[in-house]
Amino acid sequence: MLESYIRSRREQKELLLMTHIVLGYPNFDDSLRMVEAMVEAGVDLMELQIPFSEPMADGPVILKANSDALAAGARVEKSLRIAEKITASFDIPFLFMTYYNILFRNGVDAFVARMADIGIRGAIIPDLPPEEGGDYLAAMARHELAPIHIFTPNSTDERMRLLSEKSSGFIYTVARKGVTGKDTAFSDDLGDYLERCRNATGLPLALGFGVKSNEDFEFIRGKADIAVVGSETIRVVDRDGVAGVKPFILRLMGGG
Amino acid sequence: MQHRGYYDQFGGAFIPEILVPTFDELEQAYLEAKADPAFWQEYKALMSSYSGRPTPLTQAENLSDHFGGAQIYVKREDLNHTGAHKANNVMGQGLLTKRMGKTRVIAETGAGQHGVATATMAAKFGFDCTIYMGEVDVERQRPNVFWMERMGAEVIPVSDGSRILKDAINEAFRDWVSNMDDTHYVLGTACGPYPFPEMVSWFQSIIGTEAREQVLRETGKLPRRAYACVGGGSNAMGLFSGFFDDPEVELVGVEAGGRGKGIGEHASRLAYDDASVGVAQGYKTYFLQDDDGQMQETHSVSAGLDYVGVSPILSSLRESGRVRFEAATDQEVIDAMSLTVQREGLIPALESSHAFAQAFKEVGDLDPDDVIIINQSGRADKDIFTVADALKDPKWEEFIIAKAKGYQNA
Repeated sequence: MLESYIRSRREQKELLLMTHIVLGYPNFDDSLRMVEAMVEAGVDLMELQIPFSEPMADGPVILKANSDALAAGARVEKSLRIAEKITASFDIPFLFMTYYNILFRNGVDAFVARMADIGIRGAIIPDLPPEEGGDYLAAMARHELAPIHIFTPNSTDERMRLLSEKSSGFIYTVARKGVTGKDTAFSDDLGDYLERCRNATGLPLALGFGVKSNEDFEFIRGKADIAVVGSETIRVVDRDGVAGVKPFILRLMGGG
Repeated sequence: MQHRGYYDQFGGAFIPEILVPTFDELEQAYLEAKADPAFWQEYKALMSSYSGRPTPLTQAENLSDHFGGAQIYVKREDLNHTGAHKANNVMGQGLLTKRMGKTRVIAETGAGQHGVATATMAAKFGFDCTIYMGEVDVERQRPNVFWMERMGAEVIPVSDGSRILKDAINEAFRDWVSNMDDTHYVLGTACGPYPFPEMVSWFQSIIGTEAREQVLRETGKLPRRAYACVGGGSNAMGLFSGFFDDPEVELVGVEAGGRGKGIGEHASRLAYDDASVGVAQGYKTYFLQDDDGQMQETHSVSAGLDYVGVSPILSSLRESGRVRFEAATDQEVIDAMSLTVQREGLIPALESSHAFAQAFKEVGDLDPDDVIIINQSGRADKDIFTVADALKDPKWEEFIIAKAKGYQNA
């Protein structure tokens, strides 16, 4: 189970790191090499995003990566095959991040069965609130996969408890309003917010949106279980190529 | 939210978690307004004094004689302030924005009508206003951009995706997830997550309510058929809702047939069989998508109908058979518009001309005692740049070239 992996990993490390890539961006070969670089650098778990043409919750950087990947021919089947190769080659948990239509068009049950089959451990579907996700949640439970939901600063305590009930693995908490990839002014308010998150769930907390430096990473230490880096890795790849990924991750964790 | 907004299998609210409280608030404001008769009175008074409602129902005698079938009546939504039915929705949502105590509005726009209407409403109510518009549409609808900016709105060209209406919707949602505390998103059509499809249809129902009263008063009978063009579907929902309880009235929705069948050639979700059920932009309906669920390119001579999805309420009305869906091609639309201009002096927008085109195909088969209604959802004279291009008017082209030379020499 994903949660027990996170808990046992946490016994060795105070703060875990989850990274993100868009499958097929800039191409599938580079996706594989990026995963390799990240795992070598010591990343603890990863989100693999299956590109979608209408990624409404993503900011400009990931949006562009989605549309570039699609323009380069990233079919869902190709993403599933590369994901299968990734889970077979690397010994950390991998999650899917994508939008609901990708599951819906495939057939939710069939898609979730396929996820289990290829060794994916959980999923984040940002446009699927639990009220709309009955079939998905049931299928995820049947296959013992982790449906991960998102806490936001706007969520009421009651809402957080509901989301926690429908989740397993961990909770993805966003540090601020807005889409992915924008700067976040981490502040003392964050402490109060994370305390509210802790009180609403017994699951580990991953903290995301805007983490880009070792300073950000250190700030999260002691506050959440997992730091999430998303858009910044894509900026690094755009600037320095795949070769820049490993040094970036090492720097982020204070080792490089 | 108290409801999830399903119409058979279509609709729902597939929204990012960050917007959940915002939708709770919006649904509550909408349900309270709907339950409050004073709200609708205030709305009607505003639409009367500001937008010239009720709009007339005009008998098109020359066109009726030309086809020799049913008597053609035209519901004149083009006479709204800003020249389209969009005003009905926008002013209603403006009143709701005031009720919710918000101070800024954002909107997407395709043809620009909804953007102009929203900018107008923002100017009147004193709201800040940002309009998202696909880069392609900014280029083809400069006059509308001109007026939005004059009214104080910020117009942001969207360069992502296919750079048209659906991309502008995504971008408006991205703004909203950052600024929901003081901002209301004035969605322009009967699409998107609940409560938008229902709420927009409610404001637009003023069209059908008036039309039913007017046709009964003027002809003493209900129409055999009512025609409306369908992009997102708000003007169609508006007209049709007046006749839902009259099973003898056949309702005909007319989509953009573009260059004919085949993905990428048109924007017809319900009349052609190129679309399939999917979930995007927060709701479940028929979308023009591929097997993977990726949205595909669409084409129409009219920017306002150039959209991948369609109102979930209309999808359910298609399944139940209550509404018949047809498509009119670009050429049929241009011909229908030219005929209407020549015979009646009416100037229907290219969008609205789809409804005319389909009605013209069928009206000759009806009896002269029959009556039909066509919704003229907007007017074309302010879209002269687009229309003149569609009509390939050589004298207009000469004029533009001369005008451009004048600017170059200035």
